[in-house]
Amino acid sequence: MVAGKALMTPDRSSPYRPSADPPSGGPISLDLPGLPDAPRPAAPEAARIKADVRGLSFYYGKNQAVKNVSLAFRERSVTALIGPSGCGKTTLLRCFNRMHDLYPANRYEGQILLQPSGINIIDRHVSPIEMRMRISMVFQKPNPFPKSIFENVAYGPRLRGVRSRSELEGRVERALKSAALWEEVRDRLRKPGYDLSGGQQQRLCIARALAVDPEIVLFDEPTSALDPIATSRIEELVHELKSKVTIIIVTHNMQQAARVSDYTAFMYLGELIEYDSTATVFQNPSKPLTEQYISGHFG
Amino acid sequence: MHDLDRIIRRGRRNDRLFNVLGATLAVVCLTVLGVLVAQLLIAGIPRIDWQFLTSFPSRKAARAGALSAWVGSLLVMLITASTAIPLGIAAGIYLEEYARKNWFTNLIEINIANLAGVPSIIYGLMALGLLVYQFRLGQSILTAGLTLGFLILPVVIVATRESLRAIPQYMREAAYALGATRLQVVRHHLLPYSAGGIATGVIIAMSRAIGETAPLVTIGALTYIAFLPPAPFSPLPAGPDGASPGMYGPFAWIMSPFTVLPIQMFAWVSRPSSPGNDFAPNAAAAGVILIVFTLGLNAAAIFVRQRVRRRVKW
Repeated sequence: MVAGKALMTPDRSSPYRPSADPPSGGPISLDLPGLPDAPRPAAPEAARIKADVRGLSFYYGKNQAVKNVSLAFRERSVTALIGPSGCGKTTLLRCFNRMHDLYPANRYEGQILLQPSGINIIDRHVSPIEMRMRISMVFQKPNPFPKSIFENVAYGPRLRGVRSRSELEGRVERALKSAALWEEVRDRLRKPGYDLSGGQQQRLCIARALAVDPEIVLFDEPTSALDPIATSRIEELVHELKSKVTIIIVTHNMQQAARVSDYTAFMYLGELIEYDSTATVFQNPSKPLTEQYISGHFG
Repeated sequence: MHDLDRIIRRGRRNDRLFNVLGATLAVVCLTVLGVLVAQLLIAGIPRIDWQFLTSFPSRKAARAGALSAWVGSLLVMLITASTAIPLGIAAGIYLEEYARKNWFTNLIEINIANLAGVPSIIYGLMALGLLVYQFRLGQSILTAGLTLGFLILPVVIVATRESLRAIPQYMREAAYALGATRLQVVRHHLLPYSAGGIATGVIIAMSRAIGETAPLVTIGALTYIAFLPPAPFSPLPAGPDGASPGMYGPFAWIMSPFTVLPIQMFAWVSRPSSPGNDFAPNAAAAGVILIVFTLGLNAAAIFVRQRVRRRVKW
């Protein structure tokens, strides 16, 4: 990171940033980042906890990638996971939809409680399929299926047993509208998804993730393969989506974290260093390590 | 800068040299192939007519035909295709998508790769011992089809695995992330996306099998067959008392003795010919039919590949 510190602070003049309203919920206890803290937010709706990570460790074989992380993700807000390469942020993200189950020798420890039911996402007896049906993911590289635009978005609902043509059409339209892609593709839903530009492909993937009414959407560096204009459209979209769904976004780009997120978790070498409202993390971090990372001293 | 100039000039010279060398070699190879095919066509085409395609072999070269041979080739390939293709694709999918990677699957993988290189006569010997003597399937179309099936099975498995491996991992993750099961990922994504590669591999394997002679001679294919395998539900030959004995079952043909085109060719080539009774044109004509079969299969492979390629990109 070469950009100066001035760039790192949240850009309040950004057109899609609602005027200065710090994320409700107030400062979270800095010493106990994982615990739901005492000062209850004014608007309880906005700050209810959606996913509660407790003592999570994750191992690739013998290699421990996430070390005893505890933090609580708030409902209908955007939480950014930041940190240098290899800090475990993507690994943490992929725990939520059990993507690690696809590969051998991976091991979880601890709990990720999905609220309000309190089901432990990483429990061995909880079906990874169910978790993936309830928690969607948008990947780093746009990865539409080599099928039509319509089929790309309809695939999730189809997997959930939606057969009726009209219902599928309705869901596809709604998802594409939510992903701000409908106007651009409404005349060519039968055309292959990979004919779209990179940014459109990524929005198609977002539509695909939204078509199933997920409880949480995971974004894994969704703009790292996109140009600045496509990036800002995606950021705008993420910001709009939080009124409907809980969002966790991994990003390398600290300006992006500052722009789109309400809360930011800074990870380093598999550990959670600091977790607080984005404004606090960027303007007034409590840990020297966070301060150094934010100001571009390493990473 | 002087040096740079020399280096560039040398590079360009080597480039040109390699270009000429490659073109020469390509021309040599194609010429040899072209001459062979042309010779076969010149010798064979005049002999191909309706009579040749619809007659059984005969001692008289002019009255002989390749009917039993090309029907035999087609039926044997039918058995080969219907056993080796589903088995091979299923095994490929299992090894690539389901099996855990450990020393045992590694061992299987190495063995399959090696099996693809085993001389075909070895398969003939195995089939003779296993299918003919052990399972008592006889010197039948079934035995021949299964033998060639064994022969191309490794090729089909390897082609399937390679095509699956060519699908980027993020396609699988995209499907799994939406909640697809392993079977759904295979059925909705991996098979459709790899169909082109699999079809190509399968058809190349089939065109290898259709020209095989050695293993079929080993299991006892005949060289002189003056009848066709019984068609399904055709009447059985009447007994001495003239009573109607019923009809053949739908699959009676698979137990019938048979011959195939390359064996018929070999029989004709090796037959002493006298003036006025020359079997060489017959052999050439059978060769032309065989080439047409092979080219047909390859055309099908190209067609399928192009179609899939137009649909599937990443």
